[in-house]
Amino acid sequence: MENIVLPTKNTWCPGCGNFGIQKAITNIVSEIGKEKTVLVSGVGCHGKMADYLDINSFYSLHGRAIASGQGVKMGNEELNVICSVGDGDAYEEGMAHLIHAAKRDADITVIVHNNRVFALTINQATSTSPKGFISNSTPQGKTEEAINPLKIMLAVGAGFVARGYVGKIDHLSRIIKQGVEHKGFSFIEILQPCVAWHNTFADYNERVYELEKEFLPLQEAEEKVKEWDYNNMESKIALGVFYKK
Amino acid sequence: MKDFQIIIGGEAGEGSKKAGMIIANFFNVYGFNVFIHEDYQSLIKGGHNFSSISVSERKVDGVREEVDFVLALNEDTIFKHKNKIKKEGGVLIYDENCTDKDFSAEGFKVVKVPLMEIVKKVEGINLMKNTALVSSFAKIIGLKWEVIEEVLGKELKVELEKNIEVAKLAFQETETVKEVEAVGEKKGELISGNEAVALGAVDAGLECFFAYPMTPATGILRFFVNYDKVKTFQPENEISVANMVLGAGYTGKRTMTGTSGGGFALMTEALSLSAQSETPFVVALSQRMGPASGVPTYQGQGDLLFALNAGHGDMMRFVVAPGDADDAYYLTGEALNTAWKYQLPSIIILDKEISENTYTFKKEKQVEKREALLAENNADYDRYDGEDISPMAFPGGEAVVKATSYEHDKKGVVTEDAEAIKKMQEKRIRKYEKLRQEVEEMETVRVTGSGSVAVVFWGSTKGAVLEAVKDLEIKAIQVLIMEPFSKKQMKEALVGVEKIISIETNATGQLSKVLQCNGFKVDEEILKYNGRPFSVDELEEKLKDL
Repeated sequence: MENIVLPTKNTWCPGCGNFGIQKAITNIVSEIGKEKTVLVSGVGCHGKMADYLDINSFYSLHGRAIASGQGVKMGNEELNVICSVGDGDAYEEGMAHLIHAAKRDADITVIVHNNRVFALTINQATSTSPKGFISNSTPQGKTEEAINPLKIMLAVGAGFVARGYVGKIDHLSRIIKQGVEHKGFSFIEILQPCVAWHNTFADYNERVYELEKEFLPLQEAEEKVKEWDYNNMESKIALGVFYKK
Repeated sequence: MKDFQIIIGGEAGEGSKKAGMIIANFFNVYGFNVFIHEDYQSLIKGGHNFSSISVSERKVDGVREEVDFVLALNEDTIFKHKNKIKKEGGVLIYDENCTDKDFSAEGFKVVKVPLMEIVKKVEGINLMKNTALVSSFAKIIGLKWEVIEEVLGKELKVELEKNIEVAKLAFQETETVKEVEAVGEKKGELISGNEAVALGAVDAGLECFFAYPMTPATGILRFFVNYDKVKTFQPENEISVANMVLGAGYTGKRTMTGTSGGGFALMTEALSLSAQSETPFVVALSQRMGPASGVPTYQGQGDLLFALNAGHGDMMRFVVAPGDADDAYYLTGEALNTAWKYQLPSIIILDKEISENTYTFKKEKQVEKREALLAENNADYDRYDGEDISPMAFPGGEAVVKATSYEHDKKGVVTEDAEAIKKMQEKRIRKYEKLRQEVEEMETVRVTGSGSVAVVFWGSTKGAVLEAVKDLEIKAIQVLIMEPFSKKQMKEALVGVEKIISIETNATGQLSKVLQCNGFKVDEEILKYNGRPFSVDELEEKLKDL
């Protein structure tokens, strides 16, 4: 495997989930070839990956990677477009772009590094932080319910909806590969604990399990994504491809 | 008769705009310069829409308040416009069933045509009333039937035969009042400013057009959805549009968008990304009356300072300000070529009048695509190499191409190093300096006439200003390139001038401010901000005693 990591000084926290995601993305890029691949990233801790990898990249604005990525694809359909985005990025600032890209089945792969917190701006709640989450912007605890992104993606007709976990890198790599190979829009959410502000490693390790089937029919998928609503701390958390068109 | 004004009006949905276009085509065939000012409201049915048509042997792209003909599809049009009809020689033409009022004592000639009856006789639909009206009008001024048939064939896409029947009957039932003779060959094609922008972009190598609809720029989108060679797409909002334009630009595709002030406001974040990532970005910004939603279908020039300052950070841009269709065509070409040569945002600032009015387009200068500076696509490529303009490579080959919204090193990797930051800022400044020098070779201001008083203007006011000053000792100076602003050319244009008057359709004199920033003191301002363009008469009145 060719080395596609640049000598840039890495500033992720030791133990950050992004290392695992970078590894998984590096694997897939090496496999499909870096010449025909463009990594489009948003702004947040995840975005730094564009500076760490020696591959084509368009390091976009906060929330706008999915829009930029669709532009890249329209500019040159031969390119594989991988949009690496954060939860603040895709579920807050750029939610409209995510929903419409899914709805129009844009042929891009969206990978959400979901640490369920604004990390780079030092610990504020995002829309997938659980209700009650105490952060710098919610010192009394978050009063809003969390959103369930997978439910939203299925509702708007995304053709490939999956969830992975940085604690299961091989499984995650397989999912990302399937997502990239999927023709049309693919959505992969990655549970990525933030070691600094929202360390959910222990919790996830206890609750995650892999779906047995390769993927589920739509109705079953719609039920399955409700199993965990991103607020509760009890239910099991399924990983795998929930739905594939 | 060599010089006249026509108003044709009706309710929205009655087809007065189409009828105006047909009339314009008659005169186009007869060799006249034709200009149409469209006045319509932000609604689908009802209300009052009209087209003001200026017909002249010379280039006249403005309207006068006194008119020779009023063509009315409904009663409302008669009452709104009858006072403008010349008592001597003026003609009112209307559907005899639309009103029971009598206008015979008003002084002008009255021609009543049974438009509805004609349509019913050939079992046409109500909308065909406009065909009957234009055909009657053609007969009144003694046009040849063949011309009417030819123009209807070109302009009407549905039910042509039925329309021809209607036209023929109306033609037969109307008497000629005065004869208009042809004055020569066609002077050019009739197109809107929006279409001129599209044509200029195509000739400069446009490959993709992304836009979200917004009046008065929507016409550009409408052009491209019917134009196969340019990939056209309408995303969810202008934020998406602007970022898609940059994404496609990153892959090497010449891409642009069009919008109005509100949409442009949403694009400003991406405008800044264009500057930082040095990805070419081109936007046609067609102003309408603001602030905010303002008056969507009416004229305003309130976005000049916004266009010049939009985007966060120290960022450079190229801003052109066309004054008619010929300018719009040529300057759009310059905007696209410049954005790609200098890898920065280009803004074509238009206004409602240029965008939606119809001009006799002569294509005085041909736009050609100029190649951008390209690099070899090989493994040791650095995107931001060089002292000013960095040669571009695009993803898909051996070169690793990195574009970024962050300050960066020559590879395109983020930097926070003091020296590196300064170096990259200075690279962009040198690039701008190069552009500034090239702009000196372009026509940044255009001078017409001479005198110790100068009127300075920009955008669509051009038409009315040039017509108003033609017999006066006034120097007319049109600003064509706003940024980089050529002080040198403005200084030369102002030689011998003792008094400067700016003419603008905004409330605060934005061009005056631009001139003042560049060291030119404007002595007086003639401003209009009721959503309507200047008429030739009102400018003549204001300028004659200077």
